[in-house]
Amino acid sequence: MSQDFSHQDPLLRVEGLTKYYGSRLGCADVSFELWPGEVLAIVGESGSGKTTLLNSLSATLEPTSGKTMYRMRDGQWRNIYDLSEAERRFLFRTDWGFVHQDAAMGLRMGVSAGANVGERLMAVGDRNYGHIRSTALDWLGRVEIAADRIDDQPRSFSGGMRQRLQIARNLVTGPRLVFMDEPTGGLDVSVQARLLDLLRGLVGELGLAAIVVTHDLAVARLLSHRMMVMKDGHVIEAGLTDRVLDDPREPYTQLLVSSILQV
Amino acid sequence: MNAVAQYNFAYLDEQTKRMIRRAILKAIAIPGYQVPFSSREMPMPYGWGTGGVQVTASIIGPDDVLKVIDQGADDTTNAVSIRAFFAKVAQVETTTHTADATIIQTRHRIPEKPLGQGQILVYQVPIPEPLRFLEPRETETRKMHALEEYGLMHVKLYEDIARHGRIATTYAYPVKVEGRYVMDPSPTPKFDNPKMHMSAALQLFGAGREHRIYAVPPYTEVVSLDFEDHPFTIQHFEEPCALCGAEQVYLDEVILDDRGGHMYVCSDTDNCEERRSAGHVGTLGMQEAAE
Amino acid sequence: MYVAVKGGEAAIANAHALLADRRRGDRSVPALRLDQIVEQLGLAVDRAMGEGSLYDKELAALALLQARGDLIEAIFLVRAYRTTLPRFGYSNPIDTGTMLIERRISATFKDLPGGQMLGPTFDYTHRLLDPSIAGGEVPAPITREADTEQAPRVTDMLGRQGLMEPDGDTDPDREVGDLTREPLDFPLDRDLRLQALARGDEGFLLALGYSTQRGYGRSHPFVGEIRIGEVEVEFDIPELGFAVSLGRVRVTECQMVNQFKGSAKVPPQFTRGYGLVFGQAERKAMAMSLVDRALRAREFGEDVVAPAQDEEFVISHSDNVQATGFVEHLKLPHYVDFQAELDLIRRMRAEHDAADMKEAAE
Repeated sequence: MSQDFSHQDPLLRVEGLTKYYGSRLGCADVSFELWPGEVLAIVGESGSGKTTLLNSLSATLEPTSGKTMYRMRDGQWRNIYDLSEAERRFLFRTDWGFVHQDAAMGLRMGVSAGANVGERLMAVGDRNYGHIRSTALDWLGRVEIAADRIDDQPRSFSGGMRQRLQIARNLVTGPRLVFMDEPTGGLDVSVQARLLDLLRGLVGELGLAAIVVTHDLAVARLLSHRMMVMKDGHVIEAGLTDRVLDDPREPYTQLLVSSILQV
Repeated sequence: MNAVAQYNFAYLDEQTKRMIRRAILKAIAIPGYQVPFSSREMPMPYGWGTGGVQVTASIIGPDDVLKVIDQGADDTTNAVSIRAFFAKVAQVETTTHTADATIIQTRHRIPEKPLGQGQILVYQVPIPEPLRFLEPRETETRKMHALEEYGLMHVKLYEDIARHGRIATTYAYPVKVEGRYVMDPSPTPKFDNPKMHMSAALQLFGAGREHRIYAVPPYTEVVSLDFEDHPFTIQHFEEPCALCGAEQVYLDEVILDDRGGHMYVCSDTDNCEERRSAGHVGTLGMQEAAE
Repeated sequence: MYVAVKGGEAAIANAHALLADRRRGDRSVPALRLDQIVEQLGLAVDRAMGEGSLYDKELAALALLQARGDLIEAIFLVRAYRTTLPRFGYSNPIDTGTMLIERRISATFKDLPGGQMLGPTFDYTHRLLDPSIAGGEVPAPITREADTEQAPRVTDMLGRQGLMEPDGDTDPDREVGDLTREPLDFPLDRDLRLQALARGDEGFLLALGYSTQRGYGRSHPFVGEIRIGEVEVEFDIPELGFAVSLGRVRVTECQMVNQFKGSAKVPPQFTRGYGLVFGQAERKAMAMSLVDRALRAREFGEDVVAPAQDEEFVISHSDNVQATGFVEHLKLPHYVDFQAELDLIRRMRAEHDAADMKEAAE
């Protein structure tokens, strides 16, 4: 997957992002830019700081220092840590999405699949039941959930279906940026493959920018244009995904790559 | 201890009344917003109207005329008990006539006769938080109100329609006040919701156990939540009141036998009596005349 | 012929007259006097004072009599009276270290300065019904001179060795909250939480405390000390410039010593759970101290996973006057709401039947 982003302005500009938990380092001095439609994978072992970084980038965590500038829909650049809680929550139901590893964290398990998809529409003021329902049906179709499951609660769904429902719930408002935390973690291998296929299709089709945290290099290979390798809170190597995976420069990256089967 | 305690006018001490009045003023200034107040233990149980009683006690003066209704009726036991309480501790004049009252304390109904300027309707509220059954945490619901995050409210209505083909909320039907706060109208039937909209009367809501006061000032917009293609509608009764023949009013069903026999009579007893004394008769009244 | 039910007023008056009759019972049996209740049903009086949060034995006894022995009703009566009393101010903190002790036990040390004193306890009585109690004479107790030995609090002794966390790190000049004057605003500070627990329902706190022992929010408790006795209540009089004693009150204090905490900066220390209740109310004070410790989970960075650790849940539901009012209000008429539901369900059933018929016809 290679694509030329140079003709556009970036969507996200991260400068010197550092997070300490007391005296313990979470992640240190991370800087990068992300372009519209670009998928960035953050890989590393558990404890490498990748989840801290993701949570800081999505303003779930307040970093110790550094900035994350986001180009809003009106073209204004805003540091997301300076946004008010109301603005941040608004971003999260319109322009951003967050796909959790555990679908139960991203879904309302007690309400129907249709309402799970429709909630964001209602939150931004859609007051037409027929429209909400047809949009939900359309999205269930796009994530390959049968239309007759629209009134069922996600409790009765399999792990893969829940994850697909979570994705539909996030994408229904046409966000420009989606954060994903181990989106295929905990699923069977065959289910993983189908989900990755679906994700790759949707990301390409919608021109989504995404930041995907994963410990699975196969996920990075399939989904991302670029990747960053993290170790002990630091980004030790970054570049185009194919370059990093085919020609890793850092010894640690070489070790990571050699420890998995080539895709 | 034998010297029977001397209670202040309207039971509450003046300091407490001032505190409650401050909360009421704030509530009027921010229509639909739930103002926390330091609810007192009252000589009736929490959940039996202590919020309404505290509000009434704080605003009532010697010249006021008080009406108390429960389920629309002046003669239900709890209404009788609360009316007797104020007759005793405030020595105010009481009435059952809606038009004569300056303060009406109510549980579960709004009188049928439109209220006028200068009248105050005091609601007894069990659970003031319209989001409570969607999100039990006070800390979270407070944030949702602050950020105007009411999507969840419509999720509930959506689920109703998906499951039952219609909005299945029949009482305590949520409203949006002056385009800002979503508010619980207390467990009145949705039949009464339109009466809140642009009412000439001041509407005060007291929740004693939950320590909250809120208000709808006169001439304020009160809109029931709905969908464009599933608009809010009120209940409609097939037959008129059997006693006074009234239509377009809320009726109580009375069971007459164990074979399904029943009749409908006005829930608002004062309105019914007034109509009957003005010569209106229902089917039952006609039978009587025929006999 | 239908006649609308009328005469709520007469019905209420009649019901109350019947209640008064039943309360008095058989007139050939002598009426209870308040001093009999105070002297012979002392723990019921103590509970009514504690959860009613008003220290007045005679009033509590009256409430018990008026409530026909229903404790929650008695507590409610006491509370409703208390709320009308003028507030002159706040006393100085009582010092349980200078208590005139009647009972004092520690489970953590075999012997300690001031000694162990069993006092008037049910512990080690065999729970055999004893008919001789009813109307029986009891010999006068044996008395001796009080020990002059001081009985310092176990937690203070541990604290001096640095083994026990200090008793809170709040600013001593900070004004203590008052849950009867200000609406609760979650999350609470510990002062308000302890006030709510002190007037909370004994049964509710007992069940929650028990749940922590069974693993729902375990805290490894040891009874550092329970002491029951009288303490002096002092009140600052600004005009005089010093505190005067208003009298003594009997209280029960329980200090629970719990699992230790430490970090890189602070060496490990035991943590504490605290219970303090009016009168002799040992079960309540112990349950309170377990729940207090459980509710400090967030403060110590522990996961909040159990009901007893959930502050909003515990404090919102611990008050039995509130709980009983709301549970019992369900017996008030709700026929307006019920009519609304009835109407809807009939309509939906009719539509359902119509759809079925249509299907059958097709």
